[in-house]
Amino acid sequence: MLRRALRLGLGPGLLGRGLGAHREGSTLDWHGKVSEIKKKIQSVLPGGAWSPLCDTSHLPPEHSDVVIVGGGVLGLSVAYWLKRLEKRQGAIRVLVVERDHTYSQASTVLSVGGIRQQFSLPENIQLSLFSVEFLRNINEYLAVVDDPPLDLQFNPSGYLFLASEEGATIMENNVKVQRQEGAKVCLMSPEQLRKKFPWMNTEGVALASYGLENEGWFDPWCLLQGLRRKVQSMGVLFCHGEVTRFVSSSNHMETAIGEKVTLKRIHEVHVKVDHSQEYQPVECAIVVNAAGAWSGRIAELAGIGKGPSGTLQGTKLPVEPRKRYVYLWHCPQGPGLEAPLVADPSGAYFRREGLGNNYLGGCSPAEVSSVGSGCRGEDRDRVSLSSQASLAGPVLVLMSRSPLALTWGLLPPSTTYQADRLKRPARPGSDVCPGQRKPCPHLCPQEEEPDPGNLEVDHDFFQEKVWPHLAQRVPAFETLKVRRAWAGYYDYNTFDQNGVVGPHPLVVNMYFATGFSGHGLQQAPAVGRAVAEMMLEGHFQTINLSPFLFSRFYLGEKAQEHCII
Amino acid sequence: MAAPGASLRLVAPVWNRGTSGIRGLSRSVDPEGSQRKGRTLLQFLADHFYDVEAVREYLLQKQVLKVLRKNRSSTYIKERYGPYVAGAYFILKQGGAVKFQDKEWMRPNGRGLSGELWKLREVPIEAVDASGCAITYQGLDNLLALKELQSLSLQCCPHVDDWCLSRLYQLANSLRELSLAGCPRISERGLACLHHLQNLRRLDISHLPAVSNPGLTQILVEEMLPNCEVLGADWAQGLKLGPEEQSRDTASSPIPA
Repeated sequence: MLRRALRLGLGPGLLGRGLGAHREGSTLDWHGKVSEIKKKIQSVLPGGAWSPLCDTSHLPPEHSDVVIVGGGVLGLSVAYWLKRLEKRQGAIRVLVVERDHTYSQASTVLSVGGIRQQFSLPENIQLSLFSVEFLRNINEYLAVVDDPPLDLQFNPSGYLFLASEEGATIMENNVKVQRQEGAKVCLMSPEQLRKKFPWMNTEGVALASYGLENEGWFDPWCLLQGLRRKVQSMGVLFCHGEVTRFVSSSNHMETAIGEKVTLKRIHEVHVKVDHSQEYQPVECAIVVNAAGAWSGRIAELAGIGKGPSGTLQGTKLPVEPRKRYVYLWHCPQGPGLEAPLVADPSGAYFRREGLGNNYLGGCSPAEVSSVGSGCRGEDRDRVSLSSQASLAGPVLVLMSRSPLALTWGLLPPSTTYQADRLKRPARPGSDVCPGQRKPCPHLCPQEEEPDPGNLEVDHDFFQEKVWPHLAQRVPAFETLKVRRAWAGYYDYNTFDQNGVVGPHPLVVNMYFATGFSGHGLQQAPAVGRAVAEMMLEGHFQTINLSPFLFSRFYLGEKAQEHCII
Repeated sequence: MAAPGASLRLVAPVWNRGTSGIRGLSRSVDPEGSQRKGRTLLQFLADHFYDVEAVREYLLQKQVLKVLRKNRSSTYIKERYGPYVAGAYFILKQGGAVKFQDKEWMRPNGRGLSGELWKLREVPIEAVDASGCAITYQGLDNLLALKELQSLSLQCCPHVDDWCLSRLYQLANSLRELSLAGCPRISERGLACLHHLQNLRRLDISHLPAVSNPGLTQILVEEMLPNCEVLGADWAQGLKLGPEEQSRDTASSPIPA
């Protein structure tokens, strides 16, 4: 109101005309000067752009109760639940620090966006069930007045896990647990599979489990934007920058049995502004490490893992970035509208994308170390000969049957794939299990793991590791054309491929929400709530996630999924 | 294909009621609709005062709660009278109609529920017409308990979405006729999970504003359900039936009781 009155008073109606009349015609520039002065006065007024001190609007605030490192879906979910569960509105000041505000490398938006309940740990199933409820009512949870409702684009098509004979008993046990937790999963025999999905080749499949409800895939970008919008409307502060340093104090203490421990407390977080040396120390009470694939580095900055190995102090956060490829291909004769997300025993998976016979899929190179541990060292050399034959085998068959399959969108058309294939000698340590006449993707994780330094896509990976399995499972995929491919990061927990939740036992005010190794997106709503409860109440309330606490790395208690192979 | 359709049509198509609803609902779903409209005074005030914003948020929550409360299932009736009566009670309360086996259509009248309903404990329900009812995902529980349900009409239900369709597999053994015409929140993603309903003989998916490619979707649904007659809207009329055949088809349909 005041500003409007001033603007009226300074308007040309009063001031300009009055003064103009007084010194009529003396200088032509007078009107320009008046408007210039007017502009200056306006900018000095409160709310104006100019301030006598340097502009600090791009810097984060000096104080914040909670600093969340990482503005992906997990970090935002923690922020959302903190603001929602706070006792009085505006009681907690939350700052979210995100390095990449375009989310160009964020795992959230590069993921396939699946949600499933077919886990073997009850905690994972519960997390997923809670999240599905959140996603179903997303327009109630994340409603912002006057904004359009979110369109999550959820495809309730379900997951179809296939198990070979060795995996059938594990699958049966898993499904028993899933049903106990309330997931709607049914078991199918190969006969039933053939009847329901005639496009599938059920060779080598002994049992399948099919999610009937609450499983499918959705648009991760929509969830991210919805959370961002809601969290902003709740008063959470955002900052575009990188955390470079933690200022902490330590307390040397002794446990009851005389062991010496050093308890640390973070007091300040240094947030470096993008493309500049400028940084801002943010005083804070709690730091949440939700940096996804880079959370191991953040933990190191806080001094976690710096100590003699074997002690709690020397226990690192075993989370590292792993690169995973996703390919999008076109296949005119592919499975129809009823196709679920199919997960093959070999690790390859695919799902339908849209209506135009496009499919999306990939393969996880080394998800299970326990299965692959069978062949190491000399075994590998022994099988390298047979690998040449068996690897080239299915590909050659493919080639000869369908020369059209050579039409790759991303390769030069002159590439004669077949000849190249024959000339190439078998690599040492090729990926074939002894006794098995098919490529096994679960071996030799060190060699198979792609370099996580960049997000470049290895197109050979599709031809060598993904396509043979897909074409074997779905014969229609023998003829396909890859349209696009991209890579994304997993926040891979090398210890047991499950999330890390809750506080660190020694750095007492650092909380984790990371390490979910590929299922972070689908569990984010529930994990955010669990972490917020831990911070506000001191214990888990909705879902007991104590198996996912940091201390398991020190105690050696693995919370591992029983995978179906 | 069309021949068994006439005998199967247990639900009378009530179109004069539905059409006005379709336009009204599709507008509310259209995300740009609210932006194009002139800003109301409340919107203006909410931008400038936190209190007004809080009040509006509260009102929004109230609206959501109202729909939720309407969809709560009555455990008392279910325990006392069984799932059929509970389902019928729920539908009649919402303003829909039910048809018990070998009985006439039962519709809500102005005086409240008829006493006859409570005597039908053992009689299964074979058809439900829930056109225009505010059924949500939770409210669907009442319908899914009706294991003998052959015909279900969810025409123009504003809250029926893809999530609801993913639960219909529980009726796969009995359901022969399903109408989803005019539901503003159903898209092709939800229609994809109707593949569980292999006994379906007649499916109406016309006037679905959220479906991106109606023609292609209809073809894909037909491929997915080979034994089912799929009714699309105007875009497919020329493909399926001649115009005179179509009009005769609707004329011969039974008049609602």
